[in-house]
Amino acid sequence: MNVLQASDQKRLEDFARQIRVTTLKELGHLGFGHLGGAMSVVELLAVLYGDVMKIDPQNPAWEERDWLVLSKGHAGPALYATLALKGYFPEEMLLTLNQGGTKLPSHADRNLTPGVDMTTGSLGQGFSTGLGVALGHRLEGKDNAVYIVLGDGECQEGQVWEAVFYAGNAKLDNLIVFVDHNKQQLDGFIDDINPLGDLGAKWEAFGWHAQEVDGHNVAEIYGAIQQAKAAKGKSSVIILHTIKGKGCHFAEGVELNHHMRFTQEQIAESLAILEGGELS
Amino acid sequence: MTLTRDDRAMKDVYIDSLIKLAREDENIVVLDADLMHSNSTIRFMKTYPERAINVGVQEANMIGVAAGLAATGKIPFSHTFSCFNTRRALDQIYMSVAYAKLNVRIVGTDPGITAAYNGGTHMPLEDVGVVRGIPTMTVLEPVDNVMMEALIKDVAYHDGPVYLRVNRKEPEKIYAPGTKFTIGKGMALKDGQDATIMASGIMVAEALRAAQLLKERGVNARVVNIFTIKPIDQELVIRCAKETGAIVTCENHNVINGLGSAVAEVLGEHYPVPLERVGVQDLFGEVGSLDYLQQRFAMTAKDIAEKVQLCLSRKGGV
Repeated sequence: MNVLQASDQKRLEDFARQIRVTTLKELGHLGFGHLGGAMSVVELLAVLYGDVMKIDPQNPAWEERDWLVLSKGHAGPALYATLALKGYFPEEMLLTLNQGGTKLPSHADRNLTPGVDMTTGSLGQGFSTGLGVALGHRLEGKDNAVYIVLGDGECQEGQVWEAVFYAGNAKLDNLIVFVDHNKQQLDGFIDDINPLGDLGAKWEAFGWHAQEVDGHNVAEIYGAIQQAKAAKGKSSVIILHTIKGKGCHFAEGVELNHHMRFTQEQIAESLAILEGGELS
Repeated sequence: MTLTRDDRAMKDVYIDSLIKLAREDENIVVLDADLMHSNSTIRFMKTYPERAINVGVQEANMIGVAAGLAATGKIPFSHTFSCFNTRRALDQIYMSVAYAKLNVRIVGTDPGITAAYNGGTHMPLEDVGVVRGIPTMTVLEPVDNVMMEALIKDVAYHDGPVYLRVNRKEPEKIYAPGTKFTIGKGMALKDGQDATIMASGIMVAEALRAAQLLKERGVNARVVNIFTIKPIDQELVIRCAKETGAIVTCENHNVINGLGSAVAEVLGEHYPVPLERVGVQDLFGEVGSLDYLQQRFAMTAKDIAEKVQLCLSRKGGV
């Protein structure tokens, strides 16, 4: 079914709001962090973990599970919030983010965090490792899906295009790549640094099934995933048009919002807005 | 001392041993980056096409894909020339493989001056150094076909990532068929009390010839083959230092960050004795025959013998 029921849409929107609030509390407790790119992937995480993915939070290593490779590993805090809300680990653990000895490091680590499927952080690498996971499943004759999340700035990495090239030819039905196209990178706006041009056309030229949707609209994300699954014999990319810092009033629209410092007052204000439902 | 050259290329012995193991274990997967004909991995492709992946000319992606395969329980062996399989994909080896605890077996062919006619651009003299600095990495350099064949199973099932440095060509025979090897343990090939020559790879044969030259000069040198460069056999290095009082290392690599450095670290911390290092003295590689390059970089038996005598003079002996 390609269309999300109204009740499911509401449920996923609520889940996204919860993820955003929880991520903000998690980062707020620390006082600094990769806020912008965590906020822009929230709706995607809500759709994947709230509906699409086959997972078992009580058994993170379940052999039949779908995998998520957060290649933009710096968005780890949003993934951790999602996993905690799904019950992979207690929500209190979120307050240990980046503290010495924590299981929640700045960048995602498969060996530390229950539910994190791949270690990422050095950009471009999660695409190749996710591709290897999809190939491994195909070798086993298994149909576990692999979802890979790339940043748009990450698409400047050469390794991304090695993987686009190879995966395009490998025609992996069980693989869906998302690009969080929030138009910003650490040093500012992508168009001012090293513009990506027509990203969808680039992927299509490599033989991919490419779609572009509003990355903050859960129904559009859900529909695109269903269409990607229906596109047999092709690897699929979904380009999510997003806003870096989305839903966080002091970060949204700010040029340098990749990694920020913030005050408790800013966090409290932002939470009040979110919990009041005005922005999300 | 007369050594004979094997009539089989080490790359063929390597891949045939792996194919044999793959017959028993369907998790073994082979990856290459457009060097299947150079590395003989084409034989694996022909035997098990569904378990062989040629990604084309893309080393970084190959290492990442191998790591992902390991995450699903496969035992991936990635192949390309040593220079590309280390320095070209170093960040991938660091994060996707070692840091992520995904056990890829990284097989680098044409190590050091054996890259001969491919020249300086393709001559890895730093490969051991760059991977040696990564925690959990095991670094192995099989010396002949007997060892290559014997080690393959241990490499496949080793707990942790492995960098295997493989000479593609016909090696000189060092070990008798049936010899047993243990990863992490060096092997004495000739006893002696005046000094110890510790050698790896193609330098083992040179070391044995050097010991013969020294014997004619009345110097009784011990020869030890260190085929596990990391973790270095610390106990053996200390024992040789205590028993012979002088050590000369011989490696087909820059003397910085390879076998000589590993031995120096052990000696410096535990039992300092005079040390000399034979190998490329921090220079770039060049094109030429193996014979020319051994002369050019002072890596012959004669050069080793001279370093042993220099070491003995520092020891205050002969």
